[in-house]
Amino acid sequence: MTEAIARESSVHSAPDIRTEELLLNMGPQHPSTHGVLRVIVRTDGEMVLDCEPVVGYLHRCFEKCAESGTYVQAVCYTDRLDYLMAMGNNLGYALAVEKLAGGEIPEMAEFIRVLVTELNRIGSHLIALGTFGLDTGAITPFFYSFRDREMVLDILEEICGQRLNYNYIRPGGVAYDLPEGILKKVEKFLDHMEKSLVEINDLLTYNGIFIHRTANVGILDVETAIRYGVTGPNLRSTGLKRDLRKLRPYGIYDRFEFNICTGTGEYGTLGDCWNRHIVRMQEITESIKILRQVLGSFPTEGEHIAKAMARKVRPAVGAAYTAVENSKGELGFYVASDGSDKAWRIKCRAPSFHNISVLPALCKNTMLADMVIVLGSLDIVLGEIDR
Amino acid sequence: MPESTTEILAYRILELLPFLTALPEALHLPLAIALTGLVPITIISLIGLVGVYMERKISAFIQVRLGPMEVGPYGILQTLADGIKLIGKEDIIPRGADRPLFILAPIFAFVGVVLLFVAIPFDRNFIVVDLNVGIFYLAAVASIEVVGVIMAGWASNNKWSLLGAMREAAQVVAYEIPLGICLITVVLLAGSFSMVEIVEGQKGLFLNWFLFRNPVMWVPFIAFMVASLAELKRAPFDLPEAESELVSGFHTEYTGMRFSIFFIAEYGAMFISGALISVLFLGGYYTGIPFLDDIGGAIGLLLRTGTLFGKAFFFIFVQMWLRWTLPRVRLDQMFYICYKVLVPFGFVALLITAFWELVFPGQGFMSLGWAPGSQ
Repeated sequence: MTEAIARESSVHSAPDIRTEELLLNMGPQHPSTHGVLRVIVRTDGEMVLDCEPVVGYLHRCFEKCAESGTYVQAVCYTDRLDYLMAMGNNLGYALAVEKLAGGEIPEMAEFIRVLVTELNRIGSHLIALGTFGLDTGAITPFFYSFRDREMVLDILEEICGQRLNYNYIRPGGVAYDLPEGILKKVEKFLDHMEKSLVEINDLLTYNGIFIHRTANVGILDVETAIRYGVTGPNLRSTGLKRDLRKLRPYGIYDRFEFNICTGTGEYGTLGDCWNRHIVRMQEITESIKILRQVLGSFPTEGEHIAKAMARKVRPAVGAAYTAVENSKGELGFYVASDGSDKAWRIKCRAPSFHNISVLPALCKNTMLADMVIVLGSLDIVLGEIDR
Repeated sequence: MPESTTEILAYRILELLPFLTALPEALHLPLAIALTGLVPITIISLIGLVGVYMERKISAFIQVRLGPMEVGPYGILQTLADGIKLIGKEDIIPRGADRPLFILAPIFAFVGVVLLFVAIPFDRNFIVVDLNVGIFYLAAVASIEVVGVIMAGWASNNKWSLLGAMREAAQVVAYEIPLGICLITVVLLAGSFSMVEIVEGQKGLFLNWFLFRNPVMWVPFIAFMVASLAELKRAPFDLPEAESELVSGFHTEYTGMRFSIFFIAEYGAMFISGALISVLFLGGYYTGIPFLDDIGGAIGLLLRTGTLFGKAFFFIFVQMWLRWTLPRVRLDQMFYICYKVLVPFGFVALLITAFWELVFPGQGFMSLGWAPGSQ
């Protein structure tokens, strides 16, 4: 791999000046590769000629391991895919298994699913914006967004006992009932989050230096995005309105009103880093909108959810694929069953895998500092790239 | 009998510490020089101590957290503990590193800062050496640190450090131009290169400060602040140490005491730039309140030195505030700011100041006619 990237040399040297390319390794351990990602960069001084992401450092054989447990046991493996939006992973997997196995999901469980998934989406986008700020050198917004994320984590911890790998949304419903008074806490958080979003936007998004760093950097156009399979905020920032929650609604998302956020083009061009960032900020606002509607129409009584959960799921022979809209993009699960209570094959279509594949195309002939910004704006999670 | 300054210095030290006369005659002079050198080094180290604590507390409060609280009341002794820890660390020199350069690099950076310290006026007669070319000396000596950084980047045998050093060299050298332009503007107002003369030129009411001397002096003031941020490699100009890109830039491979020498040099340079801004534009060691400035003796000395320290530390606070608020500019944007914003504006301000001095010599626009300047 390294030899291939090193062999092509396109540096034009004047006859009397000998210039050399620099082959840089942004190694698996690096403050800004957002996980154990290795990027081999061929630079001419400060200009990046080519770059190649090398993945696999976080491969944990998720798909094979998930075959060794029952369908319900495999849920805890799905947590660790996109560990920043674990509820989304759980949801995608649960929906795929439910498609295979059939059955009704209790109304209350549906509402709880939307509640926790949207809360998790806010948390994931907060991390995205915090770490993106870190990449540009603004250290403080990271602390502000993590302070807000702490509130989300506290709510989710109260619901299911875990802060990161929730193991909560299972085939058939959700694992535990909601504790008392949690809805009030969610409402308080939403009020706080709206104010905090204004603060973070003031500090980071509309900061002149930040705009200079991110506008017109790493412009992704719609055709390239579709060709590479990019989905999620990255695709929507190019102007294409594609959100699986509206396109192929799952759960009860069709009951709620929310907009599909696309890049505004307020600064920079559509599809650049700034627009990817603003799409994520707007999606936080949209999630708050959905959550307020969920709180407004939450069923006041329902059967105890945990009792309605199936312990063993034994779907018929067959295969099913469902895709959900994760914070990174379209997260798909293909579940094949052979009739037993253990899955025959689980395949995960990870959005970050396709998002990262577009990095070389975006980074041709940009500066090294810009490459870091583009990588940060793609918002990848190595857990789901490597599985 | 003509005696050189160093001989005078040596005799003064021998007067202060009579037990040194027991040593052989030939050693008196070198010893005196060495002992004089200890004073700025100690002060810079103390400033480093306070500066690190300030940085950690200020960054913490901006980031909605507390900062050091455990070691000593409100974490005051934290830096001391860190210093002791750093001294005890293993001295690692990377394999393949250029040993002599690796060892020399932090020394160059530190020496650059100590030499700058020599020309800062703490009071009328309380300056290490009152060079009559003080400004020129400062501009010249500021570049020694660049050599240290480039040596550090090269000697580390690390491509990332090299990148950081290259960026740093380009940045610091580029920003010396607007720095120089602002210095010249002040020299025009003061009529002298000497640091003490510059401060004496601002004696009296605070409206006499060079910042208020003519309507355009805020341009060199702001340009000098921005340029000194870039010289110090502080955010938003911290490309050379861009943490999220280069781990730690040119001093990635430095551990323990070597790293802390770079660190102390950085905080010392911050103090010096703060002191310089106050000396050049904000009246230096004069408070600007005439009856306070006329207090003589030891109390006056303490007051004026304290004033300079206070102003310098205020600018250190502003520099830290900016660091924790703003993102980092890119290399080309950094050059844009230097060459296309600061230099043109600085030159225009210089021209206007020159004309102003021609037409209204030595008077500020706020005091035209009723509060003459010192010229």
